[in-house]
Amino acid sequence: MSKAITIDGKTIPFEDGQTIMDAAMAAGVYIPHLCHQPEFTPHGSCKLCTVKVNGRNCSACTYPAMDGQDVLNETQELIDDRKKITQMLFVEGNHFCPSCEKTGNCQLQAVAYHLNMLDNHFPLFYPDREVDASHAEVMIDHNRCIFCTLCVRASQQKDGKDVFAVSGRGIHKHLIVNAQSGLLKDTDLEVTDQAAHICPTGAILIKRTGYQVPIGERIYDHKQIDQVSLAASGSRPDAAFPPSLAVETEHLKHGE
Amino acid sequence: MRQFIQGIAENSHYQATHLLQILRQIQSRYHYIPKAAIEQLSGLLNIPRTQIISVVEFYSFFHLAPRGQYELLISDSITDHMLGKKSLLDYLAKKLDVAVGEVREDGVVSLDNTSCTGMCDQGPAGLVNGHALTRLDRSGIDKIAELINQQKPVDEWPVELFQVDDNIYKSGLLLNQQIEQGAALRSAFKRGIKETLKEIDYSGLRGRGGAGFKTAIKWQFCSEEQQTERYVVCNADEGEPGTFKDRVLLNSYAHQVFEGMTVCAAIIGAKQGFLYLRGEYLHLYDKLQSILDQRRQNGLLGINILGAGLDFDIEICLGAGAYICGEESALIESLEGKAGIPRNRPPYPVTQGYLGKPTVVNNVETFLAAAGIAVNGGDWFASIGTEKSKGTKILSISGDCVRPGIYEYPFGVTVQTILNDCGADDVLGVQIGGPSGTFISNQEFDRKLAFEDLATGGSFIIFNSSRNILDMVHNFAHFFAHESCGFCTPCRVGTALLKKQIDKIVDGHGSAGDIVALEELCQLVKSYSHCGLGQTAANPILTTLERYPDLYQSRLKEISFEPGFDLDGALETARRMANRDDAGAHLAQTENEHE
Repeated sequence: MSKAITIDGKTIPFEDGQTIMDAAMAAGVYIPHLCHQPEFTPHGSCKLCTVKVNGRNCSACTYPAMDGQDVLNETQELIDDRKKITQMLFVEGNHFCPSCEKTGNCQLQAVAYHLNMLDNHFPLFYPDREVDASHAEVMIDHNRCIFCTLCVRASQQKDGKDVFAVSGRGIHKHLIVNAQSGLLKDTDLEVTDQAAHICPTGAILIKRTGYQVPIGERIYDHKQIDQVSLAASGSRPDAAFPPSLAVETEHLKHGE
Repeated sequence: MRQFIQGIAENSHYQATHLLQILRQIQSRYHYIPKAAIEQLSGLLNIPRTQIISVVEFYSFFHLAPRGQYELLISDSITDHMLGKKSLLDYLAKKLDVAVGEVREDGVVSLDNTSCTGMCDQGPAGLVNGHALTRLDRSGIDKIAELINQQKPVDEWPVELFQVDDNIYKSGLLLNQQIEQGAALRSAFKRGIKETLKEIDYSGLRGRGGAGFKTAIKWQFCSEEQQTERYVVCNADEGEPGTFKDRVLLNSYAHQVFEGMTVCAAIIGAKQGFLYLRGEYLHLYDKLQSILDQRRQNGLLGINILGAGLDFDIEICLGAGAYICGEESALIESLEGKAGIPRNRPPYPVTQGYLGKPTVVNNVETFLAAAGIAVNGGDWFASIGTEKSKGTKILSISGDCVRPGIYEYPFGVTVQTILNDCGADDVLGVQIGGPSGTFISNQEFDRKLAFEDLATGGSFIIFNSSRNILDMVHNFAHFFAHESCGFCTPCRVGTALLKKQIDKIVDGHGSAGDIVALEELCQLVKSYSHCGLGQTAANPILTTLERYPDLYQSRLKEISFEPGFDLDGALETARRMANRDDAGAHLAQTENEHE
């Protein structure tokens, strides 16, 4: 007999080695997440995917599925708390959606929509963070970094490089790049690297592509992140790239 | 510098796992980690420079910018504050003509705060270039200022500045009778390794760090792993403010601690052990090394220990100022030369620990007890204590009492008994288990220290009725925000928000909704954080809010809302730019001020 867990009462089969997130995604059940992408080693840091497993809070992206687990995902308590965690991510950085070129394609914004976040709730930190526009084709806006480490992992695990790392402690955490100068232009990052495209927010951007897709026609302008996320994790070959970015890289490949 | 770094890298066999130890030597020599050193190390250790930078920026004792030739740090534990730390720090800053957090213009001295240095029974305390200073007072500070201004090398400073006392006031089962060197190993080999594990099981010994996992089960799990390369780690990263018993155990009972580790190695089949010693206990390092040497000479460490075929040795690794490294998986990361960020669990260290190999991590006191049990048998230990908490607990007692120091009690002892013994009168309450523990009021002194009632790693801080509980809460909130590793959102942002919110209330800017907001935030940080630090960071607030709601209420303004920032101050730039300073260019902070 195959092994199964239940999520909100629904039976979800799984295979050995799968996490709760893996099993849920395969079965078409969305659990909010920002630091997770199926093709990279799970990180477990954003805590948006927290679910109750047999009464205990666990990160779905790192916690192994085990036969008979009773998992709660869409309870009001979890939804409310995930919203607060999202609000925490907003207040610790400087996120101004209307003036951000990632708006509509931003997963942080999309998760906030999904959780019905209508304000910041917490006092803003207004941290003093910088922009690194030194690289010819890619820029980093540190104001929008949420320390998900997807760029770190993509660079290591897909690009075979080591361009990014997260440094510092506590609220002083920050993204650093692997160059003696500390500038992106002096790293071996190329615009075709997956690390340049993986950022769920607008912290790492491809220059001169920001408005190729007009505002109003972007992914999350029309679809909820749960639909997009589940479609991407399904049978789609371009699962790693949200559709708009896949289009963007197509342009780049053709030298446009 | 190139030669110096080449030398230390070579001594570390170019192993990236030794990164912390290498950086400690560089910091000690240059008083910062120069960029050129990072570049050179990156090549020598074959790791990206980002890994080195992230380690430097993670640990409090490493700096990318130069500190003074004399790096002075003053302990910021609540107990230091209770002993007059603040006015001493101000005095010191004035005397040395350097601001707190800064380096003096001539580069000779820098001054800053540091988290509890583990000298709560002999504070106010500090560190100079990593060496512990105790019992600071104005005359001591005069002397220190003079020595610094004469630029006298620290190793020529008078020894009394560095005198560290054990202050053992009450001994019990463990402290009364130190085992003879080798006795635990001889007993274990004679009885049989499996039988010795049975004795430890029978003793009911549970981990002494506070979590209380049963020691024998941990060791058994580790010994049953398929991987045969296994490790023993002694957690001496005693960072919980108010705890200092491990310092005393390592000062006066180190043989027995090392012997406990060796017994563990025999049971789980480990060849290598580590003592992870917090950087603040640098003063113990040479002494501990010589004890290890002595044990090697006596055939109690090294190849074929006591002729019984056991090969095992112990290496001492120093930390560099990070409370989080007391969490076992963060400690392992640190041992591997990385930032101390707790791992995702499962897998647990007993299956995948140091370098991914099965690893037992136990507290200093646990190994001490295990060695005693190996000699005297499980019954010796189990006959004392309570049903669920066998044996004794060694406490670090500090705060408002006549005799702060080390006390050993059978589990089940009441708080009142302890207070009587250490000479504490007019007590308002006790913080048990350090900031991550529980605050109990004077209505609860019949409660017992035991895993089933008040579990504790040993910190016991007494507050008399002259103290303001909110000062303590304020100190602890700042401590957790400073020590959060920043890995997960709820703790990284949550501890910073808790700090802001407590500041707001303590500074008298809180309004009606702020207590509700505070409580809600506490629950969020507690329920969603990745590891024990975040899960317990709100405890000081929650446990005092529960007991003294009126105290919090009394700090609130009688208005429904007050902005969390200075409204009028925020307009200053605009006023300057507009060249205006009339009444219309100002905003009142609160409703009341409008009138």
